[in-house]
Formats: sequence, C-alpha cells, structure tokens
Amino acid sequence: MTFPISGAHLSPVYLVVVGFVVGLLGGFFGVGGSFLAGPALFAAGVPMNFVVGTDLAHIVGKSIVAARKHRTLGNIDVKLGAIMVLGTIAGVEAGAQGIQFLKRTAHVDWVVGPVFIVVLLGIAGFMTWESISTLREHKREGRGRGSVSEGHPSGRDRSAMAFIAKAVHRISLPPHVSLPVSGIASISVWAIVGVAFVGGFFSGFLGGGAGSIRMPCFIYLLGIPTHIAVGTDLFEIVISASYGTVTHALKGNVDILIALVMHTGAAIGAQIGATLTQYFGGLRIRMAFIPLPLIGAGMMLYSLLTGHPAK
Amino acid sequence: MAALWSAAIPMKPELKASIKRYALELVVYSLLVAGYYLLVLHLLGGLLADIYFHERKVYAALALGLIVAQGFVLEILTRFILSWMEPRRESE
Repeated sequence: MTFPISGAHLSPVYLVVVGFVVGLLGGFFGVGGSFLAGPALFAAGVPMNFVVGTDLAHIVGKSIVAARKHRTLGNIDVKLGAIMVLGTIAGVEAGAQGIQFLKRTAHVDWVVGPVFIVVLLGIAGFMTWESISTLREHKREGRGRGSVSEGHPSGRDRSAMAFIAKAVHRISLPPHVSLPVSGIASISVWAIVGVAFVGGFFSGFLGGGAGSIRMPCFIYLLGIPTHIAVGTDLFEIVISASYGTVTHALKGNVDILIALVMHTGAAIGAQIGATLTQYFGGLRIRMAFIPLPLIGAGMMLYSLLTGHPAK
Repeated sequence: MAALWSAAIPMKPELKASIKRYALELVVYSLLVAGYYLLVLHLLGGLLADIYFHERKVYAALALGLIVAQGFVLEILTRFILSWMEPRRESE
C-alpha cells in the first residue's frame, strides 16, 4: 500500500514484523534498535530522509511501552533519568553541530564512520572481556551462589569491572546525589551529566538512540545494575527520541503513518522483551548484548566500503 | 560463547510458560491491530498528509502526540490482554 506522506509503497505486514523484532530487542536490551530498523526501512524503499525521522518517531512509542513495563518491574531509576535529561539534550545538540561542521569540511563520512566502528568494537571487546572475567569470578565463588536469591534481579548482579564505577563514585566534584534505586550511596552529578552528554552526543552525531553506547556507560562507568540500566536507558531514549522526532518532523522527515503501523508490532515486542529480562541475570543480558555493537559496526563498515547508506 | 552462555546463571522454568502465553497474546493482538489499520490508514491518512504539506508545525506536534498516545494505549491494551488470559489459563 502507498503511504501518502513519504510516497513509499510498503507492506504493512513487513512494517509490523520489523517493528516486532526491533521492539523485542529494545525491550530486552534497552536500545532504540535503529541499527536494524533504519536499514530495514531503507531496503523497503523509504527515502533516506524519512528513514531517520520515522525511525525516531517509532522509537518514542516503542520505548514508552517498554519503559512502562520496566517501571512495573522496578527497573527504572527516575531520579537518575531526570538528572540525565539536560546532559542528553546538550549532547544531542553538540553531536548535531559536530555533524554540521564536518559536512562543511566535506569529511563527514570518513570521520563519523571510523569513529563509530572503533567505539563499537571497543565496547564489544570490553564487554566480552568483562563477561569472561565475571564468569570466572562466579566459578571461583561457587556456581550456585547468588542465583537462588529472591527479590529484584539487580541484587545479584555482579561485575568484575566494578572497580571502574567505584573510581567514578569517588569523584569529589560537588554537588553529590544518592541513587537508592540503583544502590548508589553518593555520586557526583557531573559524572551523571557527563555520561548523559556522551550518550546524547553519539545520538546526535550518528542518529538513533545511541543505546548501544549509553547502556554500557551506565553499567561500567556509573555502576548501575544491568536491569536498571536497561529500564533507565529506555526512559532516556523516550526523551531524546521525542526531541529528535519534533525537530525531524519540522524538517519534513517523519512519515507518522509508517511509524504508527510499525509501532503496532513494536509495542507487543517491547512488552515481551521487557518481561523476559526478569528471567535472566545481569551477566546473561550483558553477554547477549555483545553482538549488537558488532552488528552496528558491521553496518557502518558495509556503508563505507560500498557507498550505500546503512541507516 | 555458547558454552559461556550456558555456564552463566540458570534460566527460570517459568520462561517456557511465558513464551506460550505470549504466542497466544500475539494472535489476539494481531486481530485487534488489523482493525486498527482500517481506522488509522483509511480515516487519518488523507488528513495527516494534508496537514504535513500545509501546516508543518501542527504536523510536528500531531506526530509526537499520536505516537505518544498510541504508546500508552497499546501498553494498556497488551497489559489487559495478558491479565485477561492469565486466569483463563489457570482455570484450564
């Protein structure tokens, strides 16, 4: 069928299936999923300018569903999310300005692409190393320990790289806040705003929600338990993607009809993905997350080598 | 990686039951969504396209409003379907 705003001819069933898969990943990992939805829309014949804006609009709806589900599971630290808002928006603007600057110097593809690939490969490599180290620690401490405890799953979430977050918690720059939901007694507000800025910067610089960068930052830099990192990241994505939707809609880059149809599949996928997190420990979620930055890096490499946009 | 995965914290047994329940939910949900398409695409499509081409600021506000509203409505709907199926499943 024809969507009158973008003029694209698309099967609604295709959009629903793509939405469902992206929603499932988003609900489980706390990412926007633009690395998958963007190429899927482009491959189906949606014009490139509509791909970015429409994807952001669909991410808003999907993240609302997943975030509400995570809220009922106790996986959202609202205080942390609220503090991050300013850093995220400032980061998105800085990233967008960075792109504009690079466009003027005509080197945009050859700066953004390699930066993106190096960052994502670094994240995947670090998470693999961390998962193996944590697993070895689990084995040393006894296989069953921690896995039978009751209560919120974040209570048994351990990481071999917890010393990084402890160093960040020792930053003495005032003001400091406590994050009881995340189990953090005291942390500098600037550390939180800094992480939000980095996530927002990559979101503005590369498009999408940048969850594949912000989620590991939550866990390893701020020391947020994995389940709460997933839920709070979704909360953050709702805000940054809403901002992006309005700016893209004003420029005429959003086909809201495509986003609405896609979201019907994403809503159910997000609900299922969010619920599934309660059946997995933090370590398992982190291990399953590792292929996502690798897929993103592969997409970008394909784009650079072939000259076809990956998203 | 597979060996590492299976060696990690074991999966809960309720997972299998949940997957079955979600499959059933998908069937009910897809019927409701098919009806929804008729409403959105055929009734709202022309109107939204007209606003897009003539009133871009109104369109931007409407686009965000519609996707946020649909997010809340579908979350309530999927939660309702789940809670509706749960007692039926237990009484079987």
